[in-house]
Amino acid sequence: MAELKEELKEKIIEQLSLEDVEVSEIGDDDPLFGDGLGLDSIDALELIVLLEKDYGIKLKDPKEGKAIFESIKVMADYISKHRTK
Amino acid sequence: MKTENFYISDFCTLRNGKVSKNGEQVYSNLESENIKDFAKGIYKFLELKYPKFHKMDELCKLGFLATEILFQDMEKIDENTALVLSNKASSLDTDRKHQDSINNREDFYPSPAVFVYTLPNIIMGEISIKNKLKSENAFFVSKRFDAEFMTKYSEILLETEKATNVICGWVDLDNDKYDVFLAFLSKKGEKELTKKELNNLYNQ
Repeated sequence: MAELKEELKEKIIEQLSLEDVEVSEIGDDDPLFGDGLGLDSIDALELIVLLEKDYGIKLKDPKEGKAIFESIKVMADYISKHRTK
Repeated sequence: MKTENFYISDFCTLRNGKVSKNGEQVYSNLESENIKDFAKGIYKFLELKYPKFHKMDELCKLGFLATEILFQDMEKIDENTALVLSNKASSLDTDRKHQDSINNREDFYPSPAVFVYTLPNIIMGEISIKNKLKSENAFFVSKRFDAEFMTKYSEILLETEKATNVICGWVDLDNDKYDVFLAFLSKKGEKELTKKELNNLYNQ
């Protein structure tokens, strides 16, 4: 699980062009939206694409993302339970 | 019939690895290998702290940086500053990236972050958000910089008081070839706004 969390942090930084953010600066429980990393609605859509492309998880309803993308920890838990690749 | 004179208070260009303001070179990076590196160099030079910059496509970065250069010594930016921009390649540079991501039906993962930049007028949205502009804006696509059209369009905005200032110009990018010229038009200045003067400054 620790490996998956690190992998997610690296992918998020690269995919969302967070050039000023280091992997070490993202806490496992930090909120990804709002006061945390300050991601926006387009970033949420990018994360939905990332789930499908890299882990084979297709969200039926984009609104599901709100709970799944709460933090790296929650995201990693969800991926480990639902991944198909 | 023109009732009042308007002026070109400031202008800037981004060309061939160099940034100039009012005819003076303020930054150069002839070593940058691509437009992304060139834009990042200017961002650092201006000491900007605006994370959203890194998410913009390269066309937006060029327009955004050029306005930052223009605004550098201004104390306050009037929210009624209109934006009238133009270029030749529209958003073709990003359109191609988006097309590449949807060519293969077996590997079909279009990026929302790329797709949102498949319109050239997004530049004006980014500039307006950063500088809190609540003004008229328009983006035109033409074969070359049309100083006459830009002058007339800007004059109408100023004369009818739709805008207190206008930023007009050319922000073009296609396959790492870029050409940026912006002029800040207002009621004060030394260079009178005419088609000839605007064209001269563009060609400097």
